[in-house]
Amino acid sequence: MTEKKKVSRRKFLIRGGLGTIGVLAVGTYVFRNPLRRMGLEMAETMIPPYSGSGTEANLWFEITKENKVVLHSPKVEMGQGSFTSFAQMVADELDVNLDQVQVIGAATATGIVDALSTGGSLSVASLWLPLREMAATVREMLKGEAAKQMGVDASSLSTKDGTIEGGGKSMTYAEVAAGVTEWKLPKTPELRPVKDYKYIGQPIKRVDLEAKVFGDPIFGMDAEMPDMLHACVIRPEHVGATFKSADTSKAESMPGVVKIVQKEDWVGVVAETYAQAQAAKMTIKVDWDVPKQWTEEDIRGLLQVGKGNKMVTQKKGGAVDPADEDVVSMEFKSPIGAHAQIEPNGAVALVKDGSATIILSTQVIGVTQKQVSEALGLPLDKVNVIPTYLGGGFGRRLNTVHAVQAAQMSQEVGKPVKYFFTRKEEFQHDTFRPPTHHIMRGKLGADGYLDSLEHHYASGDVAINSVIMPAALHSILGTDVGAMRGGNIMYRGTPKYRAVQWHTTLPFATSWWRSLGLLANTFAIESFVDEMAIKAGKNPVEFRLASIGDEGADKRLKAVIEKAGESYRDEASNGRAMGFAASVDAGAPCAHVAEVSIENKEIKVHKVLCVFDCGIAVNPDQVRAQCEGSIVMGMSGAMHEKMTLKDGQLYPTIYGPYNMTLLRHAPKDVEVILIQGDDKPYPVGEPPMGPIGAAIANAVRRLTGERLTDLPLRLS
Amino acid sequence: MKISFTINGQAQSIEIEDGNTPLLWVVRDMLDLKGTKFGCGKAACGACTLHVDGEAIRSCSYAVKFAEGKNVTTIEGLGTRENPHPVQQAWVEHVVPQCGYCQPGFMMATAALLEKNPNPTDEDIDNNIINVCRCATYVRMRKAIHRAAELTQSANQTS
Repeated sequence: MTEKKKVSRRKFLIRGGLGTIGVLAVGTYVFRNPLRRMGLEMAETMIPPYSGSGTEANLWFEITKENKVVLHSPKVEMGQGSFTSFAQMVADELDVNLDQVQVIGAATATGIVDALSTGGSLSVASLWLPLREMAATVREMLKGEAAKQMGVDASSLSTKDGTIEGGGKSMTYAEVAAGVTEWKLPKTPELRPVKDYKYIGQPIKRVDLEAKVFGDPIFGMDAEMPDMLHACVIRPEHVGATFKSADTSKAESMPGVVKIVQKEDWVGVVAETYAQAQAAKMTIKVDWDVPKQWTEEDIRGLLQVGKGNKMVTQKKGGAVDPADEDVVSMEFKSPIGAHAQIEPNGAVALVKDGSATIILSTQVIGVTQKQVSEALGLPLDKVNVIPTYLGGGFGRRLNTVHAVQAAQMSQEVGKPVKYFFTRKEEFQHDTFRPPTHHIMRGKLGADGYLDSLEHHYASGDVAINSVIMPAALHSILGTDVGAMRGGNIMYRGTPKYRAVQWHTTLPFATSWWRSLGLLANTFAIESFVDEMAIKAGKNPVEFRLASIGDEGADKRLKAVIEKAGESYRDEASNGRAMGFAASVDAGAPCAHVAEVSIENKEIKVHKVLCVFDCGIAVNPDQVRAQCEGSIVMGMSGAMHEKMTLKDGQLYPTIYGPYNMTLLRHAPKDVEVILIQGDDKPYPVGEPPMGPIGAAIANAVRRLTGERLTDLPLRLS
Repeated sequence: MKISFTINGQAQSIEIEDGNTPLLWVVRDMLDLKGTKFGCGKAACGACTLHVDGEAIRSCSYAVKFAEGKNVTTIEGLGTRENPHPVQQAWVEHVVPQCGYCQPGFMMATAALLEKNPNPTDEDIDNNIINVCRCATYVRMRKAIHRAAELTQSANQTS
């Protein structure tokens, strides 16, 4: 790796103009999270971080004439509620009212975007310290300037509601900032104690709530440019197919067709309307090279414990001997999963006069910018990527090849072009959740508790081959850190344990899917631990508690399991049973109790209790919303969803046949108990997904005696 | 061909070559009402739900020619910030949306259900509200639907 670049959060850039006044900007910020810190060097090798050249107005904050504060967020809003948490953090350190704060997604030309991505549930956790420090610094800068303008000592000034008062005088932030060109940069101020905050910790309503309830045009799909044309690209139905040639003769004379765009490896249509582009597309005959008709068996053959690249990701004590008759072994599987986010991938692009503007839903603003820049041969600063609100992210929008294609088509016609996937293309050209295979082994000690616990698992790519994780990182780490999520054994009080990863790259793209490896890994581990508890004749809560370690983080896991355990009953009654499971993801422990019955031979989940230690809950209502969503989406993944290979193609290609949890399946009651067991926020959007599959399967085990080992869960 | 209909209370005439064009694209691209969403194009997800003569319709699969002479209502015509529809008010009270993309379709489907059935049971909701929400906001949605029914009924009683 290259020498670590120096990063300072005190590198401020101060700019005026841009139709606003008192513009303050910060060059870059500290990567707080260990994973992010690890990723820093590679992020910088992919794209230069905005350290502020001084020639552009790269901003974090603006103060408007109306005395409002605009935060140009480096992270996008995809439903996770982070814009609301950011507004709370800014209001509390900048001393403005919440309704004086507006949060917008930063564009590459006018703001500082996250060089890596929005994902991993890291938005609030990673900006917790730097965003508050910047807000506090801006407050002190305004005070320093006010002191000069009012002719009083800065220490005599106080700030409230966007106003500075002292010495009998008062000025708004807007008044203070007006006309200032030279700002004095103070030392980073001390942050206030969390208990003194007015907004942080409160269940504030989402800042984007009204826009979303009244149907405002805030998504990538809603973007338009004047004189815009509509485009589509033809994508192959077969896995592994590559473009050979296309007969476009008929399409060229179809109504509304402006241009057929042929590139080396794809063909697209630009037309006046969406319907015309689609109609012309139907008439194009593409000759695809399909080297192989992949089958489900092929994939399962590739993806097995014992095949691919092996990496021991965790080890304590010796391995169990599978031939030992006291050793219990079980096998688990999970299928290919689709993202199925409702807003299709797409982009509106204008390439003209040597510059490009791209408006889209993306989780990787900087990567999108770099890819367009490279494909079109434009300097990076000539490509402006403007992110919108995302109609779902879930990891799908880490890959934005459509932005490049939209830009290339716009370049050919010299007009703005809007291009987005059909639903069939979404399902067949997803970057899927990889299927997995797990072998669990374990042995009870003389005391009847776990003596050995081993998780051997095989997965396709999650982080490996991702645009935000260069291969160099993996040759160092030797493992897929995404597939590893939830793969290690969290019961560190067990005398002997290990986790072993087997990685194989599959013939179709697999990547991030909300919670990465967590859902399948926890399903395997927690189903197996439950089976061991049954074998030992012990209550599964007590059985787990006995194997928890005694390091700092273990105490938080213990507290969560104990709390959820209070509501757990081990015996089925009146046709219902409970299932218990827990997980730790990104440092955030979580335990679920699922209450289940069987109705018409189908598993019915009535209630889920979720006990979650999220550290500081900046917005407890949105943390709860994330728990609810994560649990029900996890249910969908664990109970319904499955992509299959048939005749070399991925199926199904539409909602409905791609079975998902609907309102009628969702539990009527999801109770969330938040434990705030640390003095900082932890990732929230993904960790509560972990235990849900196992919690349901463990309930079914108590109800029917059957141990379900494959996702999606199906009764025999 | 010329097609005339009422949209959100306003008379509207459009000129369109192909009367089989889905109403969704007329609403979004010709009339610039972007609240009605494209999700699948096969009437499978419900993101494009709007009302035609009070019926919830999946507009991605409804030819615009069938709207001739009818009343079309989209999320923009359901209610406003100043005067929200009870469904929108309930959605705000329960903070239902996450990413928000599918929500107009759900609210339109719910409003149509409440017109027919002012006090739906959980089973009625299960059978009628069959759109897809990938953020899985279903738990709050159910509460909001019951709350919207309550708001509608109290509004009817006072009027």
